[in-house]
Amino acid sequence: MDTSTLAPPITPADVETVVGAPMSYWRTVAWRLRQDPATIVAGALLLLIAFSAILAPVLAPYDPNVGSIRLRLAPVGAPSHLLGTDEQGRDMLTRLLWGGRMTLLAGLTPVLVGFVFGTMLGVLAGYVGGVTNTVIMRTMDVFYAFPAVLLAIAISGSLGPGLWNTLISLSVVFIPRVVRVAESATVQVKSLEFVAAARASGSGVWPIMRHHLLANVLGPVLVFSSTQVSLSIILAAGLSFLGLGVTPPAAEWGLMLNTLRGSIYVNAWVPALPGVAIFLTSMAFNLLSDGLRDAMEIRV
Amino acid sequence: MWAYVGRRLLLAIPTLLGASIIVFAMVHLAPGDPLSAVMPVDASQADIEAARRTYGFDQPLPVQYLRWLGRVVQGDLGKSIATRRPVLQDVQDAFKNSLVLALSASLLAFGIGIAIGLFAAFRQGRVLDKLMSAVAIVGVSVPHYWAGIILIIVFSVQLNWLPAMGASAEGGAVEYLRHMALPTVALALIPLGVLARVVRSAALDILAQEFVLALRAKGLGRGMIFAHVVRNAAPQILTVLGLQFGFQLGGSVLVETVFSWPGTGYLMNLAIFQRDLPVLQGVILVLATFFVLLNLAVDLAQTLVDPRIARH
Repeated sequence: MDTSTLAPPITPADVETVVGAPMSYWRTVAWRLRQDPATIVAGALLLLIAFSAILAPVLAPYDPNVGSIRLRLAPVGAPSHLLGTDEQGRDMLTRLLWGGRMTLLAGLTPVLVGFVFGTMLGVLAGYVGGVTNTVIMRTMDVFYAFPAVLLAIAISGSLGPGLWNTLISLSVVFIPRVVRVAESATVQVKSLEFVAAARASGSGVWPIMRHHLLANVLGPVLVFSSTQVSLSIILAAGLSFLGLGVTPPAAEWGLMLNTLRGSIYVNAWVPALPGVAIFLTSMAFNLLSDGLRDAMEIRV
Repeated sequence: MWAYVGRRLLLAIPTLLGASIIVFAMVHLAPGDPLSAVMPVDASQADIEAARRTYGFDQPLPVQYLRWLGRVVQGDLGKSIATRRPVLQDVQDAFKNSLVLALSASLLAFGIGIAIGLFAAFRQGRVLDKLMSAVAIVGVSVPHYWAGIILIIVFSVQLNWLPAMGASAEGGAVEYLRHMALPTVALALIPLGVLARVVRSAALDILAQEFVLALRAKGLGRGMIFAHVVRNAAPQILTVLGLQFGFQLGGSVLVETVFSWPGTGYLMNLAIFQRDLPVLQGVILVLATFFVLLNLAVDLAQTLVDPRIARH
């Protein structure tokens, strides 16, 4: 049904005239997010992916690590194996559900680490300025000498395979990026009058940072970090695709793509499935971060 | 402006030194003995000590770094532990193949990406804009290594039109191009999406400015307004072009691995699994140096296009 023909859409301004008070910023943001169809679809898809990953032990019809040699590479739609089986005869649906746990963990954690440590370093550099700023920011610049993929693979390649090493290498990729955004936002906010007013009224460095700076810096950093999630997921799965992430027989989307790659001449489409999962997850995060950026009216 | 150029050139030196420290540290943080991969299992303790001295692994790390840097500056990247060939030669050969791939993917991605971005901006909110924006978001979301596998499934396995693996110089130019086609498309997807999105938003920003309204009021035709928009968006687009080209050269490890394309990414992957540290160091260092110089070139080109930047 096309709702646009029924009534003009309600805007936050309309709400304000009725309620008589301005809507708070976060309520406006939440309200705008709910109005955007792409955001709703992406959000619903992500909830579905997250829940199926969390509930994999309950939902999965088979054991992820036990296969049947006689049932190798069954096609999509095979009886009792809805999405077919892999090169060792393990149920694909089961492994996709379990694989989401690893991929989401390996993709989300580095951005979270980057968000926390990047914000701390960036606010510190931006607020204190001077030598501290030069040391922190020039150090971060050095990491910018490497394209993200190269840096992640180089560190992972030196450290060797494993989930921990993936998390370490991807965190090193994302921290400097967040530092840059946090630093420039801090420098901008610092020069605003209300910070000067807080300082003039005797506020110490720490309360100013906590109440005034952080509150105004978190918006841009949050929006920026949300744009990095899809890259992080693609890279995390990419590292295990190269054999640098989790080790077999663990189910992980990138690793599944790798081990199934040799089977495309036998059964062309089952090997493509883990990639579909990576793609859908990454696209949902991109749509969500687009929506968040528009709703918060922040450009980074 | 020359002062700016000079300052920018000087700034590149500490960045390069820092990058060299990271490359060196990265490889030496690695667990395990780099020699264990090449020494025979029954090698005596004395043999291992001798090899360690030959490669300089018995010195303290800062000394090793300075010695290494000294050699690197003279163009000596050491010898591969696995093949005993000079690293520089292997990296050069691989770099050429990667450069060819990155150039062809860039041509494809930049051409289509810019066109999509501009079309979408000039049709803002209409069906064409929505369609183009959807293409762009697919481009930035798709795992390119998976896209590569899909291309192989469709064009090599099912249709049998194009080869799936490698790059053969023997078959002549046509055969080389045929091998290049699929990796080029796979590598072009991400920059295509990024370009389309950046160009669209840059063009929209400019279209919203008052001078465009003035141009329209003056009665300027569509073509002229288009030219103004492109001219004003150029510096921003140029930055993204430079970065994306660098990403394709340095970030093609995954695509090169899927297609066994004998470039730097493939070499790096090989070095990682053979634990061939000199090669790994060499590849990363060459790519990082290229990336820093590329960024420098982009910054300088930007000041040529828009001299206001130098004054900031």
